[in-house]
Amino acid sequence: MALLPIIWAMIIAFAIVMYVILDGYTLGVGMLLPLLSHDQRSIATTVLLPTWDGNQTWLVLGTASLYGAFPLAFSSILPIFYLPIFVLLMALLLRGVIFEFRLKSEKRGQRNWDIIFAIASLVVALCQGLVLGDFIQGFQQTNVTQISFGHFFITPFSLTCAIGLVVGYTLLGSTRLILKTTGELQNIMYRYARTAIILVMVGMAAVSIWTPFIDPHVFHRWFTGHHWMYLMSLPLLTAVAVCVLLYSLWKRFDATPYWASIGVFLCGYIGFIISIFPFIIPYKVTIWQAAAPANTLSFLLVGAAIMLPILLVYTGYSYHIFKGKVTSATEDY
Amino acid sequence: MVFNTEMLSRIQFAFTISFHIIFPSFSIGLATFLAIMEGAWLKTNKPIYYNICKFWMKVFAFTFGMGVVSGLVMAFQFGTNWAGFAHEAGPVLGALFTYEVLTAFFIEAGFLGVMIFGWKKVGPKLHYLATLLVVVGVTLSAFWILAANSWMQTPGGAVLEHGVFHVTSWFHVIFNRSLIPRYFHMLIAAYLASAVVIAGVSAFYLLKKKHLAFAKKCFSFALLTITILMPLQLFIGDQVGLEVHNNQPIKTAAMEGIWKTQSGAPFILFAIPDQQQEKNFWQISIPHGASLINTHQWNGKLTGLDSVPRSDQPMVAVVFYSFRIMVLMGLLMLATAMASLWLRRRAQLYDTQWFLKSCIWLTPVGFIAILTGWFTAEVGRQPWVVYHLMRTVHAVSNISVDRVWISLAMIILVYGIIFGVFYFRYIFKIIRIGPAKLDDEKPPFAYMSQFIQAKKEDNI
Repeated sequence: MALLPIIWAMIIAFAIVMYVILDGYTLGVGMLLPLLSHDQRSIATTVLLPTWDGNQTWLVLGTASLYGAFPLAFSSILPIFYLPIFVLLMALLLRGVIFEFRLKSEKRGQRNWDIIFAIASLVVALCQGLVLGDFIQGFQQTNVTQISFGHFFITPFSLTCAIGLVVGYTLLGSTRLILKTTGELQNIMYRYARTAIILVMVGMAAVSIWTPFIDPHVFHRWFTGHHWMYLMSLPLLTAVAVCVLLYSLWKRFDATPYWASIGVFLCGYIGFIISIFPFIIPYKVTIWQAAAPANTLSFLLVGAAIMLPILLVYTGYSYHIFKGKVTSATEDY
Repeated sequence: MVFNTEMLSRIQFAFTISFHIIFPSFSIGLATFLAIMEGAWLKTNKPIYYNICKFWMKVFAFTFGMGVVSGLVMAFQFGTNWAGFAHEAGPVLGALFTYEVLTAFFIEAGFLGVMIFGWKKVGPKLHYLATLLVVVGVTLSAFWILAANSWMQTPGGAVLEHGVFHVTSWFHVIFNRSLIPRYFHMLIAAYLASAVVIAGVSAFYLLKKKHLAFAKKCFSFALLTITILMPLQLFIGDQVGLEVHNNQPIKTAAMEGIWKTQSGAPFILFAIPDQQQEKNFWQISIPHGASLINTHQWNGKLTGLDSVPRSDQPMVAVVFYSFRIMVLMGLLMLATAMASLWLRRRAQLYDTQWFLKSCIWLTPVGFIAILTGWFTAEVGRQPWVVYHLMRTVHAVSNISVDRVWISLAMIILVYGIIFGVFYFRYIFKIIRIGPAKLDDEKPPFAYMSQFIQAKKEDNI
């Protein structure tokens, strides 16, 4: 029975990482828009269009699963982040609708929408980064359902996380465009990707070195006991991914930079999970304490076990349909 | 009214969900309409159907996108504003929402891309499959949401232990007592509201003498849909009325403005209900009407609002007027349907000025009916969030009222600008530009030319 909460924590972690990877590049492309010419912006948004709604859905899945599987965590974490969440939601809302509005506008209107799209993308990335930082810093608990910050929302650490996430998303966005475009736009993206990866390396190093000193739990996890040797393979893997990325950018490969960027992201994400596990409200409430009754978890698992593989297959399939380079803006619509 | 965290959170939820519900309802109706039209196109190979698909697909894609983002806000609000509710009912409702995402939302969102941008990327059969899957997705989506909401109205299959609902039977949670009539009531409402919009836009073109072939086809189809579905909706609405009276008699009392328990209660056409004095002013009524409607008996007994303490009564005026507006909108649609039948018989459907004009004016009535119907259902549920098991006041998060003021202001501003101004601006723009000219349309599918070739050979 104690296995069910772990399975659900894994499913939610998976939904979040799918969201981060899939919407991450759209956020990155969004933030890069102001640096492009009008025609390049049209091509860049055409790259995002067909799979846009599907990408957003992973966030909804993560939220709904957290609600169903860990109601205690859902109901205590969300009120703490009340205003940041609404800022995040409004920015996500703007992104979603501007995407539609852009297609309906004339050239001048499109420019304005692109600027708002870029700002909204930046706000989304910053909010997510700040929340991530606060999450790692942990919470205080007064009783079962009353959780609070032990600190301000914006701290030096959460700000570092936020900036790290912004450059990270930019890396994903630029390498995605390298994969999907040709010519001048692709050339520009090689340049931005090179800058982004340097900044990502600095950001990741800062957060990784800082995190173990945030809470004894994290320090203990990484540096005591016998398993620290296994855990050290993660920084090594990260270094390999970064090297592959640098090499592929230098050699101007098409697809490798994107996959290597995802590799870098995955390493960071796994590091985050290793640091906070088994807590769902760091470092107070574990996944077992927050889990819904076993009956709910097993009912949910039936649906997830059947649907998740199907979802993955057809998400992959719809990406497959729209594979290949985009050289002109969409005419459909 | 006291503007505390609870009241402001209710206003915020009502505001966001009222905007939200419009988009999925329209998506359900349009997706179904598009599936029918694309089917007709594949079957007959007449370009007019493709023309219709392409035009309404634009409106559909646009509307669907609004639904996704406004729905995201809903999902988060359960945690931010209704933490008590989320904690207590999460094991029930969170599970239903997760199923909605897993079985419905992903299908819609995933195949929407193929449906809209895949015309030249996939073959006709696969494209049609994508369209059908989107219809399945939106229809299932509505099912789960109605299951969740109906469970709040008529909870079953779960027991409250240590402040958390534990499910004893998922079957009874999902297929609770009110689900079936309410689900079909909502689905048909969505079809009707969309059909009324399609009729309104087509009437606009007919009146302006533009895109005539397109407009005639859409106008005729939409009005036929209303003519068939509106009587059906009256029947299902009646079933919902019976169900509400069985399970939530106080809601029925608020809808009918019945303060004292009585047999043969009158149907009140107009009144000003006064909750303080527990009576109606300026009442005009039809004797025995309310009893007949809600119990199907001439002298049926209706429980009065004063049978429960005032703290257990909903806001009567809101429920009372919302219900009347919804019924009135239904009757307007019924009248439109009847008029269309008469004009169709006389072959004047497409050139009767007054009828075309009224169809344009009536464009929003379906959505007004949906909104007021939901106001009736949800305000009528108060003061409970889970009927008779959990009060709304215990559902709200422990957050300061200032923060809710800020979020509400932010939401009103952003929603007001993007949905209130720009959504309509661009929808009007799509309508002003209108469908493409029939001859200009390029063959859509990658191998459409062979497909048409094959059809021709079949005919020979």
